[in-house]
Amino acid sequence: MSATFVGMPAFPVAARTALADTQLRANLAHATGTIRAKRAKVVAEVDNWEELRLAAAGIKDNTLLHLEEHLVRLEESLTRQGAVVHWARDAAEACTIVADVAKSHGVDEVVKVKSMATGEIELNEALAKEGIAAWETDLAELIVQLGDDLPSHILVPAIHRNRAEIREIFLSHMAAAGRPAPDDLTDEPARLADAARLHLREKFLRAKVGVSGANFAVADSGTLVVVESEGNGRMCLTLPEVLVTVVGIEKIVPTWADLDVFLQLLPRSSTGERMNPYTSTWSGVTPGDGPQEVHVVLLDNGRTRALADDVGRQALRCIRCSACLNVCPVYERTGGHAYGSVYPGPIGAILNPLLKGVGVDAQTDSLPYASSLCGACFEACPVRIDIPSVLVDLRAQVVDSHRGDRFPKAEALAMKATALAFGSGGRLGAAEKASGLVGRLLGGGGRRRLPGGRKLLGRLPGPGAAWTDARDLPTPPAESFRAWWKRTGGRG
Amino acid sequence: MSARDDILAGVRRALREADTSPVHVSRGYRDTRPADVHLFVERVEDYRAVVVRCALDEVEARISDALPRDARAVVPDGLPWRVPGSVADDGLSALDLDDVDAVVTGATVGIAETGTIVLSHGPGEGRRALTLVPDLHVCVVRADQVVADVPDAFAVLDPDRPTTWVSGPSATSDIELDRVEGVHGPRRLHVIVAG
Ligand code: SF4
Repeated sequence: MSATFVGMPAFPVAARTALADTQLRANLAHATGTIRAKRAKVVAEVDNWEELRLAAAGIKDNTLLHLEEHLVRLEESLTRQGAVVHWARDAAEACTIVADVAKSHGVDEVVKVKSMATGEIELNEALAKEGIAAWETDLAELIVQLGDDLPSHILVPAIHRNRAEIREIFLSHMAAAGRPAPDDLTDEPARLADAARLHLREKFLRAKVGVSGANFAVADSGTLVVVESEGNGRMCLTLPEVLVTVVGIEKIVPTWADLDVFLQLLPRSSTGERMNPYTSTWSGVTPGDGPQEVHVVLLDNGRTRALADDVGRQALRCIRCSACLNVCPVYERTGGHAYGSVYPGPIGAILNPLLKGVGVDAQTDSLPYASSLCGACFEACPVRIDIPSVLVDLRAQVVDSHRGDRFPKAEALAMKATALAFGSGGRLGAAEKASGLVGRLLGGGGRRRLPGGRKLLGRLPGPGAAWTDARDLPTPPAESFRAWWKRTGGRG
Repeated sequence: MSARDDILAGVRRALREADTSPVHVSRGYRDTRPADVHLFVERVEDYRAVVVRCALDEVEARISDALPRDARAVVPDGLPWRVPGSVADDGLSALDLDDVDAVVTGATVGIAETGTIVLSHGPGEGRRALTLVPDLHVCVVRADQVVADVPDAFAVLDPDRPTTWVSGPSATSDIELDRVEGVHGPRRLHVIVAG
């Protein structure tokens, strides 16, 4: 279980490797296309969708702009409901808190429900160092974990694996982790799911400590919410005696009633369902029902940094639905691994630099360029995050942060090339607009369409030709990313 | 400084220059549509759950139809209907629950637009583990418990209670996006809409 994103090559290099993997590209195209179509259908059913998006963005903005007040209220409510509240400045502090709770109960294993926040802080690796096994219980995460692999999509983390590979992983790795896979396991999805059910049930029934994230935290009532499909979340939240939930400080909504917007937007945007199979809400400890010791870890880990960014702050509205991934032409071609983070795709391209800061590492600095600024992500986003604008702003910040480099390293040189082209934030904006115009002109000749309705451009004339040789390129202008790619030869 | 004070100070610092005037949030989406029980039935069926409608005095008969012969079904305190082969929940462990075949409960709310059943785990619904571990969940929803949409459900529910929102049987699409029923929760959901 040693796979981590640390030391990943910068986006262009990783993306080049991923592009060569035809299995990955085929799986991703199938997945994103399927989810896109489902989403479009259930969104079209809702006649006030835009009103819901506006309300969601407004509620989140109001909360973020008065975050201190809401955090203090959340802490009070949770405490009143019998939960123990912890605060963690960074990943290390959060991991220590979870490990200490586990150790105080003398356990060497915990069951986990998939959570972006615990992935972000690399909790499983930290617990492993303390001799505590963290069992992932979501089917996809189980596949990823048993395969000693990395998740590639927020929603379907194992989308890069096909059924034959999953069967292989189960047959060769389940036994070492607990109940083995049956010898006659086939690659039928129902059989594979059944093997996972039996393997994990054994763990659920004996687990003393459960670990989760939360999709929402209600300040007024101290209610936490987990939205899921399989029921493994319910298992983790209900059966253990002790529950630890790691919650980013941006997950707050002020009141219980405010959830009525988000529980309409999230399932439709995420899995393309009217409602996901299971949603659990709980407020601290309920006597006689579920865990009688409940901990909540409120996590910063860069969120206050993002909050300080006037343009980027809106990224903290994100409800992790992954709709922006499924409409992104760059993501569809490179997959999630190329982003080197648990947050891939358009949201990852802004959230990672916002949380970590620019000018620190080349991988993070390359992310704002992993986009064609086509705007599809904004259209799809249920909380109306203007991802293209944040990308443009972050590119300017990356350029600024490298202006003073005296002894350029390879990646700094690449940044310099970009800096030369886009000397200032203002000119960068102008360049984006101009390239958008070129893209629209080129787009006029496109003949085919992608499943999402975007036009395809068969071949780019001139310098772009090499890039489009092997693959279809969507018409919306990919200039910035492509230009960056061409210029650096992928040696970012 | 404690982590708490540090984070709160960080939040304050981050927003020092921000324009914090409130953004107007329109609640026009909270309209007053009437609840449509037919729609509820249709939408629950869309999730591949079994749905039957009956009169209030037929509930017990429909419950016994739903249960396989000789099935052991756990029932929560306060369930107003008699259940054949019932096992009372006198603090059964998770392992005990893994041994029973089914669970029979009532519900607090049904949501027509999304085909969702919400349990708030009071009398007649039982603690959360009851409706999680057994493989078959038979759930009785009275027609007068059906509301039109998600906002109406939140208006009825009490945040201090734990709630479980159930929309069809447990499912995953993690393997090549093929929908497979029943990974961890009950693999079969049988809904009786009464009245
Ligand atoms: S940025 Fe918007 S679309 Fe993307 S994951 Fe977040 S909420 Fe969903």
